[in-house]
Amino acid sequence: MSAGVVVAVACGAALLGIAAGYWLPPHGRVPASNRLQGGRRILLPFTGQEISRRSFEAAVRLAKAENAIIMPAFLAQVPMNLPLETALPVQCARGMPLLEAIEQRATSLGVPVDSRVGRGRSARDALRKLLEQEHFDRVIVSADEDPRLGLSYEDLRWMLARVPAEILILRPAPDDTRRISTEAVKGHF
Amino acid sequence: MAAPDQSRGRLKVFIGMAAGVGKTYRMLLEGHAEVEAGRDVAVGLLETHGRADTARVAEGLPMIPRRRVRYREAVLEEMDLPAIFSRAPELCLIDELAHTNAPGTEHAKRYEDVEAVLAAGIDVLSTLNVQHLESLNDHITELSGIRVRETIPDAILGRADEVVLIDLTPEALLERLRAGKVYPTERIDAALNNFFKIENLSALREVALRQVAEEVGAKRLTTELVGSREESLAAAAPQAVGERLLALVEPYPGAQRLVRRAWRSAQRLGAGLDLLWVRAPGKELSEDQQRSLVALRQLASVLGARMIEEESDDIAATIVEVAQRRGTTYILIGGSRPARGLARLRVPLPQRLMQRLPGVDVRIVADRAQRPNGSSLEGL
Repeated sequence: MSAGVVVAVACGAALLGIAAGYWLPPHGRVPASNRLQGGRRILLPFTGQEISRRSFEAAVRLAKAENAIIMPAFLAQVPMNLPLETALPVQCARGMPLLEAIEQRATSLGVPVDSRVGRGRSARDALRKLLEQEHFDRVIVSADEDPRLGLSYEDLRWMLARVPAEILILRPAPDDTRRISTEAVKGHF
Repeated sequence: MAAPDQSRGRLKVFIGMAAGVGKTYRMLLEGHAEVEAGRDVAVGLLETHGRADTARVAEGLPMIPRRRVRYREAVLEEMDLPAIFSRAPELCLIDELAHTNAPGTEHAKRYEDVEAVLAAGIDVLSTLNVQHLESLNDHITELSGIRVRETIPDAILGRADEVVLIDLTPEALLERLRAGKVYPTERIDAALNNFFKIENLSALREVALRQVAEEVGAKRLTTELVGSREESLAAAAPQAVGERLLALVEPYPGAQRLVRRAWRSAQRLGAGLDLLWVRAPGKELSEDQQRSLVALRQLASVLGARMIEEESDDIAATIVEVAQRRGTTYILIGGSRPARGLARLRVPLPQRLMQRLPGVDVRIVADRAQRPNGSSLEGL
């Protein structure tokens, strides 16, 4: 085969490839920032407008060490008088900015993030439903001084007994009041 | 589109944020005006709730008596639908569209009675509180903490030929309530302590105003679809007050950020939010994508957004079709990777959408976490 034919075939193949890039629909072209690198999944559930900085940092350290994904999850609670599938705009107005703040912070630290929203009659019920839907390798929660800020001690006990994942419960030092709150969101949100 | 049925009666609904704003009063005033114009008017059902002003304004209007319906040990008074058909006025005034009828009557709900009256060629004036609309019921319950049991499908209001908002400031309504113009004296305190709180009324008023604005928008869109000269004039009219956002998503983690941003924008605008995923025909999803899709659907549901999934190879055409169908005023798109090869010659999707959807804003949502020199989170 002459060199000319080889060149012609190579050029033809290149042109076909370029043309395919033009004509084929852009479905499935995933921006690099959207691809998840990690295999292990670390769940970081929360219920309020802020989480302990320590539990977030622990999640980041572990995610980096294990090449894992952080999965912050806002647990919304549906009042008993409403259908379980109801929209919860008032709670979401509190939870979404924190989800955004955690995601921005983790992404800027080079850790992939895939957020979730759980919904149930209580925080525990929401967490249980989330755990039924998906597998998580590890769950990181903060044992706050004030259980109203997060999951209660009962919830933590339940997690240790029932959740099929490694549970990491962090109790911040008394003087460690650093938290990640909704105020951490960059720009307009 | 099918031409409107000329033999069907016309429905005009007076909608308000709560009892006592003056819906029934206004309906009766219009009834008098129609009588003066020479039309045959009858009151099919009137609920005065003991309000003297309302009873006074009803004087002089022909009234079709209620019928008595026996239910278990009780005797209930209900609208007499057969009597309305026998009397066959040109215009019938039927109060409280969301009312549930006593068992044993022709229909379970009064709006079904109204449908029958309209089908008989009789025009109807009716009244409705906004919290009785099915789609708003949960939202209003969450705002006010009070669930209203009697609801009507939104389509009933959608089919109304006219929707008139009877508006009153919350302060003015509370003043009316305290003056005994809404409920009898013995019920005033209970009302003030429960439903009639300024924050409830403010939220309900906002919902009512938005609902009517959306009705106007929907009617305008319907008119445009028909294609006559009037429709052209309507198309040239100023845009409707109601806004609707459409966020384009794919089952990837980054889509959630886009959805959250779109939702916040929708909240600020008081707008509805739709999410659209255009799926490639026949394409299988990976396990990660399937999980992301479930998460997206869950997020949409919690936020009260509508998730639309379409299968097509032509993304732009599908977006245009959905945007026109849903009355979209803003489209939000996430950043895409830079084009390569001949794809650089293709007109980018945002520009194609702007060309094909004049008047619709297209916004590309940035990834704030990747912004250089952004505000620091340290020290929080």
